[in-house]
Amino acid sequence: MKYKDYYAILGVARDASADDIRKAYRKLAQKYHPDVTKDPQGEEKFKEVAEAYQTLKDAEKRKAYDELGSGFASGQEFRPPPGWEQRFGEAPNEGRFSFDDADLSDLFESLSRGRRGTSRGPRKMRGEDFEVAVQLTLEQALHGTQVDLRLALPEYDEQGAVRAVEKTIKARIPKGATDGQRLRLRGQGGKGLNGGPNGDLYLDITLRPHPLFRVDGHDLYLDLPLAPWEAALGAAVEIPTLDGTVSLKIPEGTGAGRKLRLAGKGLPRPEGAPGDLYAVAQIVNPTVLTERERELYRALADASRFDPRGHFAKGSP
Amino acid sequence: MNTETPSAFWMDTRTRLTVVELAESCGITQEVVQELVEYGALSPSGTRPGEWDFGAECVTSVRKAARLCNDLELETSAMALVISFLERIHELEAQVRRLRAQAGGGGP
Repeated sequence: MKYKDYYAILGVARDASADDIRKAYRKLAQKYHPDVTKDPQGEEKFKEVAEAYQTLKDAEKRKAYDELGSGFASGQEFRPPPGWEQRFGEAPNEGRFSFDDADLSDLFESLSRGRRGTSRGPRKMRGEDFEVAVQLTLEQALHGTQVDLRLALPEYDEQGAVRAVEKTIKARIPKGATDGQRLRLRGQGGKGLNGGPNGDLYLDITLRPHPLFRVDGHDLYLDLPLAPWEAALGAAVEIPTLDGTVSLKIPEGTGAGRKLRLAGKGLPRPEGAPGDLYAVAQIVNPTVLTERERELYRALADASRFDPRGHFAKGSP
Repeated sequence: MNTETPSAFWMDTRTRLTVVELAESCGITQEVVQELVEYGALSPSGTRPGEWDFGAECVTSVRKAARLCNDLELETSAMALVISFLERIHELEAQVRRLRAQAGGGGP
């Protein structure tokens, strides 16, 4: 068994008061809690801190921990003093407690299990729920997809000891997904204990950025570059959608920023009509003009009385 | 290795949950759900607790808030506050996504 210096983990002295221990824990927990931290090692650190606190906040467990002495370095292999094997193995229905494959936290955990009185028979417990992030392409969201999730799920043996078991779950994601949506897969979380029901698996879905389409809910946005003459005169252009190209009529006098809607060409919703695709007009000029193009632009400039900045003088758009 | 295809539910307003289902989904007691409603963090439809039903979109925030409050030893009133902040963040993130989608990258 490896020794862990719980006091050092919490950054408190060995004679710290219960209040100091609680304060130190809360401070570290706020910093490293997996739900708030941006530290990639946060979850690991939080687990360490929580394990230390679980032992030190309980007077009986702390006393037992203190009896181990302070002569070990963190991570050092050690064997608890003689007599401990009986002390921690005596809880009813626990079976024989072996130090060889136990973790330091299991040792103190067995103290409270013994106290709770497992002799009344095993209690049914619902398995743990798990939350997993899944990133989909727009095409996967469009058609629905099946993803293989490789998860290291904790499982409990008859002694209640936990170990991580790698499991592959094929999760069928129905069509209707979009960014920020969550899917619940019933019964696919942690195994229930003593005949309790399994936990659930929550999939936190995000969409992989697409080179052409941007996503708002189930609507899609596409930048549509137009030549100045296409925008001015109107045109029919081919535009991509998620399931092939379609022809779009550009009305005469289309301005930059105008949204042209293609109904039902967005992402499907779980129920009801699918979202829409919006083509957002952009007016793009050729970067290099031929002499002929330059002549035509000059002729246009001479002939046109269009004043795009007329509203400046009036003070309103 | 488990390869069965499970039943899936979208966690949005169309999926409705009773007090019992919400409590179970979030790992909290029904009393805590009731307190969260009293604090205004949850707004079920239905007038009496027996008739309440909740949109499943709140489950994520409530689960996260419950985890935080359990691990940081905070009271239910703090949980209510965390839930309203999480909901606000969720709305703002959706708004950012919407604005990004509409504003675009500004060129090909």
